[in-house]
Amino acid sequence: MRTGLSSASLDASVPAIPISDVPVVGVGARWTTQSLRHLAIVRVTHWVFATGVLGLIASGSGILISHPRLYWGETGSVAMPSLVDLPLPMIIGPSVWNRPIHFFFAWFLVLGVLAYVSASITTQHLLKDLLPAKEDLRWRPILNVIWDHLRWRRTASDETWTYNVVQRLTYLIVLFVLFPGIVWTGLAMSFAITSVFPFLVTVLGGHQSARTLHFVFASLLLMFLIVHIAMLCLVGFRAHVGAMITGRIPKGGSTQ
Amino acid sequence: MSTILTRRALVTAGLTTAASAAGITAAARYGLIPSDYGTLFGAGETLTYSTQRLLTSGHSLAREFKRSDISRAPIVNGPAPPDDAFQRSASDGFKDWRLQFEGLIERPVSFTLEELRNMPSESHIVLHACEQGWSYIAEWTGVRLSYVLNFVKTRPEARYVVFMPYPNPQQTTGIIRVQWDSIDMADALHPQTILAYGMNREALPADFGAPLRLRMSRQLGWKNTKYLTRILVTDRMNLYRKGAGTWYGGI
Repeated sequence: MRTGLSSASLDASVPAIPISDVPVVGVGARWTTQSLRHLAIVRVTHWVFATGVLGLIASGSGILISHPRLYWGETGSVAMPSLVDLPLPMIIGPSVWNRPIHFFFAWFLVLGVLAYVSASITTQHLLKDLLPAKEDLRWRPILNVIWDHLRWRRTASDETWTYNVVQRLTYLIVLFVLFPGIVWTGLAMSFAITSVFPFLVTVLGGHQSARTLHFVFASLLLMFLIVHIAMLCLVGFRAHVGAMITGRIPKGGSTQ
Repeated sequence: MSTILTRRALVTAGLTTAASAAGITAAARYGLIPSDYGTLFGAGETLTYSTQRLLTSGHSLAREFKRSDISRAPIVNGPAPPDDAFQRSASDGFKDWRLQFEGLIERPVSFTLEELRNMPSESHIVLHACEQGWSYIAEWTGVRLSYVLNFVKTRPEARYVVFMPYPNPQQTTGIIRVQWDSIDMADALHPQTILAYGMNREALPADFGAPLRLRMSRQLGWKNTKYLTRILVTDRMNLYRKGAGTWYGGI
């Protein structure tokens, strides 16, 4: 099936999960015959994203706190009415030295997305692991997964080490909506970039609108990160973090 | 087996290093390496700067606005120097003020405000944004920097232009820029880069940088040095490195 993985999955010390032991959900069942959980490119870019997003949230907070007011349109300042006054103190200063840190980590995100998306297409990771099965794209299975997780219960697909339908949709949204959105709204605040591509900022409604939307995308990414780590705790923190580093399912195939 | 791999790894590493060194040398020749490339986050700065310099190489123009878009309440950031020399000069309409040009130029001259006003003038209605997050729209009037640089005849080896304001010892933090700053020739020769003596069709107010300030339309507010007194043209930045923040800072 996935010939690219065959050499790595020949490791006899790591037994595959017996397919009869797990309920098969959707198209994800293919994972059960393999010991390699994550492709190398997925593992590398995952930690590139993790470094980038954590660095961006930290430095972005430092920039935000210098002016925690949001506006719509082109202009906005303490002398103008705001759209939202965030409940944060206004501390002038951190934005100066957080700027270079922010753009340093932004490159992790930009280069990571380019590498991940191109590799996901060529390895068919996108097609096989991320695009949900047609039969799963109904309200009932989606709500079932959400309801199970809200009650802190693992679903059948957690046991099979596949991405469940909600996970697939979430990762697709993060990859193709949140990541491009946050890079776009960030670039839309750059006078150098908008001098070449003015539509990047004009279609958003202006410089301050881009800044507000940048904050919205950042908040959504932060929410994803919190849920992502919560779900990791639910399905087995050590096993899944280990799998994201070594690529392998732990001995015995248990997700505990 | 392992020796072959080691040798291969060594050759690969050697070739990669040589290619990177050649790439950096070539990039530096075409003005794609920022002056603070060697700092802690210099890799990111270099990627950002070189990408933007390649994208904007055709003197791309910043957006300009209508007169009706001008903000009624522009924000002051970094009020006028409080020292006696500046205040005396301001109360006298800056009659004793001179803008001194020095460095890699053929004609090291100084200009009075009147002489600068008599040069071809132009106005731009553009967005002025602070890296803190706020922004306003204003109309700036002045003489194009490239015109003045052409007048003083910059030498071909010129790579940076350094702007020095009235000294203000009270400003010790990096929050408000009253110390010198510098730009590359791409920004210096840009058609929207002017030495502004007018704001919103009046004389430049003291708190906005009187008598003369730099106004670049493709840069953030903090790069637009106010209260100018000296302009230095140079080919190296090792004597003119800033403290906190970035040198280019252009995103």
